Amino acid sequence: MNLTVAFAGIAAGALVWWLAVRRLTTRPWEAQGTSDGRDSAGTTGPAPARIGLWIFLAVITSLFALFITGYWMRMGHGMAHGIVHDWHPVAEPRVLWLNTALLVLGSISMQWARGAANRGAADRARLAWLLGGVFAVAFLLGQLFAWRQLQAAGYYAAANPANASFYLLTGVHAVHLIGGLFVWGRTALRMLRGAELEDLRLSVELCTVYWHYLLLVWLILFGLLLLT
Amino acid sequence: MAYVAIADRNVHLHDPQTFVTKYIWSQDHKVIAIQYAITAIAIGLVALGLSVLMRMQLGFPDTFRFISPENYYQFITMHGMIMVIYLLTALFLGGFGNFLIPLMCGARDMVFPYMNMLSFWVYLLAVLVLVASFFVPGGPTGAGWTLYPPQAISYGTAGASWGITLMLVSLAIFIVAFTMGGLNYVTTVLQARCRGMTLMRMPLSVWGIFMATILGLLAFPALLVSAVMMTLDLQVGTSFFMPAIVSMGEQSAHAGGSPLLFQHLFWFFGHPEVYIVALPAFGIVSDLISTHARRHIFGYRMMVWAILAIGALSFVVWAHHMYVSGMNPYFGFFFATTTLIIAVPTAIKVYNWVLTLWRGHIHLTVPMLFAIGFVFTFINGGLTGLFLGNVTVDVPLSDTYFVVAHFHMVMGVSPILVVFGAIYHWYPKVTGRMLNDTMGKIHFWCTFLGTYAIYLPMHYLGIQGVPRRYYALGDTYFLPDSVHTANEWISTAAFFVAAVQLLFLFNLIWSYRNGKHAGGNPWRATTLEWQTPDTPPKHGNWGPELPVVYRWAYEYGVPGLKEDFVPQNQPPVGGESAEFHGHSHGYGPGHGHGHEHAPGHEPRHGSGDEHGRR
Repeated sequence: MNLTVAFAGIAAGALVWWLAVRRLTTRPWEAQGTSDGRDSAGTTGPAPARIGLWIFLAVITSLFALFITGYWMRMGHGMAHGIVHDWHPVAEPRVLWLNTALLVLGSISMQWARGAANRGAADRARLAWLLGGVFAVAFLLGQLFAWRQLQAAGYYAAANPANASFYLLTGVHAVHLIGGLFVWGRTALRMLRGAELEDLRLSVELCTVYWHYLLLVWLILFGLLLLT
Repeated sequence: MAYVAIADRNVHLHDPQTFVTKYIWSQDHKVIAIQYAITAIAIGLVALGLSVLMRMQLGFPDTFRFISPENYYQFITMHGMIMVIYLLTALFLGGFGNFLIPLMCGARDMVFPYMNMLSFWVYLLAVLVLVASFFVPGGPTGAGWTLYPPQAISYGTAGASWGITLMLVSLAIFIVAFTMGGLNYVTTVLQARCRGMTLMRMPLSVWGIFMATILGLLAFPALLVSAVMMTLDLQVGTSFFMPAIVSMGEQSAHAGGSPLLFQHLFWFFGHPEVYIVALPAFGIVSDLISTHARRHIFGYRMMVWAILAIGALSFVVWAHHMYVSGMNPYFGFFFATTTLIIAVPTAIKVYNWVLTLWRGHIHLTVPMLFAIGFVFTFINGGLTGLFLGNVTVDVPLSDTYFVVAHFHMVMGVSPILVVFGAIYHWYPKVTGRMLNDTMGKIHFWCTFLGTYAIYLPMHYLGIQGVPRRYYALGDTYFLPDSVHTANEWISTAAFFVAAVQLLFLFNLIWSYRNGKHAGGNPWRATTLEWQTPDTPPKHGNWGPELPVVYRWAYEYGVPGLKEDFVPQNQPPVGGESAEFHGHSHGYGPGHGHGHEHAPGHEPRHGSGDEHGRR
């Protein structure tokens, strides 16, 4: 659980720091009145959807940290208890490297779309946006291909905890990307229907952040799978 | 374009017109709160019924032939899970969180109303899946509410295939629902407070719900991880948690899994869960005590800090549930230490409640009775927690009725007393009518004394060594006759307490039509929800202009004023220190309305995109 505790510690620390910055030490009973409402966040600060996304990313981070912790503990379980070590690492299919490249390209495209949207270049934004989604779909197909390769090579989920963990970690990551594709698809539809770029800017930005985040998670998972 | 909450968009307030949009597919936080509350109370009644069945068996073994050992285990499992997750978590956060956050923060609604609506419907789906497990082959799971593997999914445990699968699926759905709601609660508190409502002016109810939601968002994933892994062990044949087992002379297909891994994951969720329930209760009870004692809350800042400290510490105490599971002794030492440390901020809160009462002008209203009952009960349950937090004391008491008594006192009875107090307190705002006072007092005294009649003797049973989770004790040689007598007494008291809750339900229904009209602010309270222009508040809560807050939430008993309280949205008058002087539109304390805004400042509503583009 060390990893998760560390994450929880960091999250709690960040929260306390943030709250401390927000003058958690003021004495609310001393001063009446309201000067300029700076502390009532509704009138300043980022859009709620942006805050919502970052909180959601914290939730997913907790989820993946716990999955990785479970992976780690299950891997060490046999050795720690002196029983027959039943962990036989998966020979990762080479297609995973290609998939990683696709996900990186997806992230780059989304970033491109975000930049284009900020500059008001609608055509470019549309193209980059579609590319971002296409790369993500290609990544998912690549992951499916990797699963089938493993199945063909006899790495069944029930045969070994390392196999099961491989399917579990990649599967959970894929589910999050599929969720992201729904949001991407809605924005893509609005783009194709000619919605104003101004109206789409926030969606583009948040989706891009989510893509980058899932790329980061994948890099961590991929590294973990390669190293263990 | 930046997202702008529907209720804050620069359009005419879209009052829902049809029955369906108003009460079914509603995006109004108040309606969603009521939907959550009704669903949670309904499923809670099922859990109450199950506890009656359990006590029938325990108090009078060999009497009720229709209760088999398998049934008994199913009853305790479903009772525990429903009460903790589907009643208390859902009611405090989905019910009170939804109702109070926007009203107390001076917002028109949650920032993501559509997601808020989805949250309720997904929660309802989770409840329905759970209920469905009563009707599948083999019935619901009988694994105990902690669902420990290997027995949870092994042959011989009731509901080891269909029942447990539906339970795990239901939990996963619940977590999705909670996440949708939780994102709303946290973001609304951070982003949608009205002008002047600084964090340190927020009522403690909002603080408690806010922190509990953060705990839930970070802790529920642990339950999701364990549910997913266990489902795979059961359905796919993996061995995350399942060790090799010889069952009925045959070697199982599993090998090498770690049941301890499940316990770590479960309790990494399970202990914060205690505070997910407790922190909203702490916050709400602070507001009840302050309002009904007509005195400012003692040590407001310390109360806030304690909520934060408890929230952070609650993530590093989980293994005190696992002292007898087999751990490195140094781990036991660490977790015993953190467990004792978390008692410090908790004790600070108790002192502050008591000190708020001290020299207060205590009104023994029904909400106040429940609030004082909570403080009393929480001290009782908290003290036995200190016993169980110590490894050497816990080991002999583990898995006895002492533990059952402890956690029912501290996270069963205590939060439920707050739930009752809160319902008596806010029912007038929800419906415009007061709950009947006489019925309320009967309900309080019977519930309060009744629960002590149930749980005090359980401590004695535990010290005598009566194990929990036993269908029947039979002729156990070391147990004196008094144990059986106590069990009969406990059961009788439990039947009585359960019956009294029907009076409460009757009161809820009866008062809806026949209760006294409440007016806008019957308790003469300071917080914003009592200052709405309409009671019950209409869609959008505040009329054309949002309130502006000028002071903290606990201005009670201020000397030199005609009234003994000053609402948060009343502008400062001469003599008061003020950074800003606004004017009031013919509004004085006690009249239950007021939504003035400061001259020179644009009111929030109508300025369209104030939520966005920053």
